[in-house]
Amino acid sequence: MDFDWTLEQRMIRDTVREFAEAEILPHAAEWDRTSQFPKEVFDKMGRLGLLGLPIPERYGGAGADMVSYCLAVEEIGRACGGTGLSYEAHVSLACMPIYLYGTEAQKQQYLVPLASGKKLGSFALTEPQAGSDAGGTRTTARLEGDEWVIRGSKCFITNGGYAQTVVLTAVTDPERRGISAFIVPTDAPGFRVGKAYEKMGMRASNTVELILDDVRIPRDNLLGPLHAGFKQFLSTLDGGRVAIAALAVGIARSAFETALAYAKQRTQFGQTISKFQAIQHKLADMALHIDLARNAVMKAAWLHDQGRPFTLEASFAKLFASEMCTQICLQAIQILGGNGYLCDYPVERNLRDAKLIEIGEGTSEVQRLIIARHLGC
Amino acid sequence: MNILVCLKQTFDTEERIVVENGRVKEDGVKFIINPYDEYAVEEALRLKEEHGGEVTVVSVGPSRFEEAIRTALAMGADEAILADDPALFGDEYTVAKVLAAIIRQRPFDIILAGNQAVDDGSGQVAVRLAEELGIPHISTLTKLVVEGNQVTGYRDAEGDVEVVQATLPVLVTAQQGLNEPRYPSLIGIRKASKKPLTHVTAADLGLNPEEIRPRTKVVDTFLPKPKQAGKILQGDLQEQVRELVQSLRTVDKVIG
Repeated sequence: MDFDWTLEQRMIRDTVREFAEAEILPHAAEWDRTSQFPKEVFDKMGRLGLLGLPIPERYGGAGADMVSYCLAVEEIGRACGGTGLSYEAHVSLACMPIYLYGTEAQKQQYLVPLASGKKLGSFALTEPQAGSDAGGTRTTARLEGDEWVIRGSKCFITNGGYAQTVVLTAVTDPERRGISAFIVPTDAPGFRVGKAYEKMGMRASNTVELILDDVRIPRDNLLGPLHAGFKQFLSTLDGGRVAIAALAVGIARSAFETALAYAKQRTQFGQTISKFQAIQHKLADMALHIDLARNAVMKAAWLHDQGRPFTLEASFAKLFASEMCTQICLQAIQILGGNGYLCDYPVERNLRDAKLIEIGEGTSEVQRLIIARHLGC
Repeated sequence: MNILVCLKQTFDTEERIVVENGRVKEDGVKFIINPYDEYAVEEALRLKEEHGGEVTVVSVGPSRFEEAIRTALAMGADEAILADDPALFGDEYTVAKVLAAIIRQRPFDIILAGNQAVDDGSGQVAVRLAEELGIPHISTLTKLVVEGNQVTGYRDAEGDVEVVQATLPVLVTAQQGLNEPRYPSLIGIRKASKKPLTHVTAADLGLNPEEIRPRTKVVDTFLPKPKQAGKILQGDLQEQVRELVQSLRTVDKVIG
């Protein structure tokens, strides 16, 4: 048993923290207010090597492990939830499937620009009729000569309006509900981006509808085996769940750190409110839950790095961290009282950002289902 | 071009300093590259990018310094030497002797260091080192230009700029404003763990610990008195001035 991060992991965490505090944190409230995707920050993140952090160097990445990547997601999420979400979607949902299932040629053509930060990636699974039930996918892909012709639409797609490369799923075998994954360059004919959604939180993250009006892509852009895309993206989602749980830890830390600092300086009845047991108990519970959630994230990430199964632990981490995060944000607002309800402090934004993590990349209900199945139910 | 950088690891300037039993407590404290040394590292990397060559980091201190050194390697320095033998620790006199012994063993064209360390703040080590090596130094630079053998240093002089020229080999020290240090890239961090870091002892350097023992002794360590609440002077301007002068004379006793 070893609970220490390596020097390399700590250095990565510290560098990302320093970067996030200087380049992201000061602008997070503004990006939230104006729903602005921080394109130029992603360019800087690319130059730093963040956009391919867990991807091997030969494919343009930095070759770090999942533990380091989760520490990075936590730090970015602490500075800005929406930026953290877009970062996580780019790495876990766009880069990872190409790395895991792509051919060498696909990796050279599509992964290298994504991991080296020259292009932004997106993953498109959800449809109006398909979310938790991927079997409801209506988007189809049929082979016409040497091209796939994709028709349908995707909704709630993170980074969709800024991505140059989208990994998406479509039905290729309607008889047996066989689904396949494809790499789609967003400049392919027939590819259209719908209007960005007006969202409760994660407003710095770009979320759009994608319209696939007979999009034509080369035959070679099939990602992984034909008709077997279903299983493939389930394992993509496993990795994403660990990272998005780290995002929840980061957002919770933002709320907690704000509440703690506030409690130590806000005076009532002649003393700071941090001296009142009611507030102390809240702060103690918050610190405890954040630490436990991070431990769950780290364990799942460590299992991944050891090459061991981590589906169950990924669900543990995602479920616990996301629900913990919402509760922490609520408590933080309570500690700040009227100030917590205002936009002057980050805690109300933290709460709006937090709620998404109980929904995206597998709802809490789906996580409980996965866990129950592991229990043999 | 052989470029050397002297580097010290110091407390994070954001950390709260706690004194216990006459010593500054180090438990759980975050350590960083001394910010002035970080400017020196950045300037060294820029010199390397402009003129080619190698950047070597040299340091005297405990093994925890390794983290700061790895950060400099992650920023782009090529190799490092750390004198982490406790027999080599001491005051500014000692450290300058040790650095000189390390540096005499290798070729160099320019040595960069911070103007001072943010912990002890003596500002002595680098200039003592230049003296030990018998080379010129230009301190507190806000701009550095190296052309061939010619070194031009710019530094603030009470609102004006003083321009100082020297020829290589030379030692220069960095002042705030010299540059904006880069973030180590994440690939750089991964590569840093594979770059050479040599640990040296008193024996390796042929130093007799007795001859380099500190010439100073710390007799007491204490925190400054907590700041008292300020006072806002009332009344018309003449009254305020009278009260201020009186207070400076009798309360704070800064004027006679």
